[in-house]
Amino acid sequence: MKPALGHQIILFLPVAVVAVFWLSSIVERRRGGGPRKPGFVARNGPVIATYLVVAVALWAVVMIVLPQLFMVELSFRPKLPPARVGDPDDVYTLENYRYFLFGSTTSTASWNSVHINAFISTIVISILITIFDLVICYPLAFYMAHVARPARLRMLLLLLIAPYWVNELLRAFAFRIIFATSGLINRALMAIGAVAEPIDFLGRDIGLYAGLSYAYLLLMIFPLYNTIENLERAQIEAARDLGAPWWRIHRDIVLPFARPGIASGCTLVFMLTAGALAAPLVLGGPRSLWFTPIVYDRFYQAFNWPQGAAYAFILLLACIAIVLAVLRLFRLSLGEITR
Amino acid sequence: MSAACARRWLIRFYLVLFFAWLFGPLAVMGVTAFNTSAYPQAIPFEGFTLDWFAALARDRDLVYGLENSLRIGVFVVLVSVPVGLAGALVMQQIHARARSLYYLVVVSPVLTPGVIIGISTVIFWRDLATAAGARFLYDGVVLTVLGQSSFISAWCMLIFLSRLQRFDRAIEEAALDLGAGRTRVFFDILLPFLRPAVLSASVLAFLSSFENYNTTTFAILADKTLTTVLAGRTRSGATPAISALAVTIIAVTVAGAAVYEVLKRRETAREAAGKRAAVRTEAGEVLVPS
Repeated sequence: MKPALGHQIILFLPVAVVAVFWLSSIVERRRGGGPRKPGFVARNGPVIATYLVVAVALWAVVMIVLPQLFMVELSFRPKLPPARVGDPDDVYTLENYRYFLFGSTTSTASWNSVHINAFISTIVISILITIFDLVICYPLAFYMAHVARPARLRMLLLLLIAPYWVNELLRAFAFRIIFATSGLINRALMAIGAVAEPIDFLGRDIGLYAGLSYAYLLLMIFPLYNTIENLERAQIEAARDLGAPWWRIHRDIVLPFARPGIASGCTLVFMLTAGALAAPLVLGGPRSLWFTPIVYDRFYQAFNWPQGAAYAFILLLACIAIVLAVLRLFRLSLGEITR
Repeated sequence: MSAACARRWLIRFYLVLFFAWLFGPLAVMGVTAFNTSAYPQAIPFEGFTLDWFAALARDRDLVYGLENSLRIGVFVVLVSVPVGLAGALVMQQIHARARSLYYLVVVSPVLTPGVIIGISTVIFWRDLATAAGARFLYDGVVLTVLGQSSFISAWCMLIFLSRLQRFDRAIEEAALDLGAGRTRVFFDILLPFLRPAVLSASVLAFLSSFENYNTTTFAILADKTLTTVLAGRTRSGATPAISALAVTIIAVTVAGAAVYEVLKRRETAREAAGKRAAVRTEAGEVLVPS
């Protein structure tokens, strides 16, 4: 199959899906028993109906679905100079995925260990950071929802939101000032004589991990707080009156109730951490390997867009897999976590 | 010491620790903006200076990037708020069988890493602009607005959906019974009801656009925004001018947050007044339309 045909299929696909649903709804209305519901246009009036259809079609199809499909399509194509696109050798290929696994054909190593290691460590470390964020945010979320008085709560909410409006890059930069070889911690350590030589926190990625676990705390706090707040205080009091120790109250009542909040906080934090670009750029040492900067370099250092698209797609697949795994683990649907 | 007392101190200790972690880094960075030392350092404090702020204003790239970011932010609000509203209204009316697919599609940008949104936007519009012969579409500002709006619209939609849950359809029915057209009902009943959500969505859209880096760095192509210039600066070497920029941004956003808070309070007060008026009407007074 030629890539030109691939594009046509991709452009046709969303139209076909919409048409199928539209036809099925018409058929259903023709057959339908019970009271007749007014159609879409009758219900909204022609002006508003046009606005709704045009806006949603542009958004869902042109801004969301088609770009993703085009990216996936490009990832299966060879890297060619613009003049030779459409030539006989512009055919679909798995070369870009092969490169991710086995590296350049001229290399002697059997695996592309640099990229695979970076990918796996990005996923594993993102999971660890997500768990760490959950652990440190849960007590605060519970405190805000059930212990704090209204005035104190308002102040806490404001304090929590404030740092979040500071740019991600600048937050990472703040960590650089603290963890650099001539940064705050090293100067303090040397001043009190704890170490003779500065410790290379950035080279060992300690700065990066600290910065990443700081970066998305808020997106853990708010979903947790929102769900825990809905828990009836009477339930906790009943358990306490029946003599339950504090840890059992949390294990058997609060935590199960907070499931949707935990799941939504974890998916958001994981996704943002694994896809983080600012913190690895600013805080990454010379040898640190986060996957997103590698994707970035495929585009702007190697100028190999098809390969960059393949790497981006691999990252996307990993994120989808993790989101699905979290939903499975917590037995939830997507609608319940994006509330 | 009693157990309850110990627990209270433990909570206090934890809160202090948490907020120290949250504000410590920003405070350290803030101090470095006023230190004369050429390397951004908090200790030793060599002397107080405002030179780093002056250096900011002289930085042409940064000022240009800032202007571009503001422009993009305004466009993103103009696209995302109407699109998010349409998305929410369609969500309420769409045929049940298509709803879960529709939901999956429009919420997916929230759960997609920003770099991937940027990459896919660039790839798609490059091909489309070439095929359609419309090169002007393949422009950094246009692509950034489109890329950012794809997920910011989803956030806006979620805001509108939560507000719409409290919308009383009976008011709409009443207006229709009184002879108002569908379009009129939309502008005179639905939009005024959604006003607070429109305000929240606009603020959120502008700020998310302004501070976005992951999507922007791809979508902006050869052009510049504040965040991409900033990324270049932080990579090429640390200077206290960056800290000065951070202090400026914090000052502006705190001021902005204060204004937003005041507007929101006023809105809540207006709504409360409206409710009181409605209750009075129900109690038998005649409402004279003004």
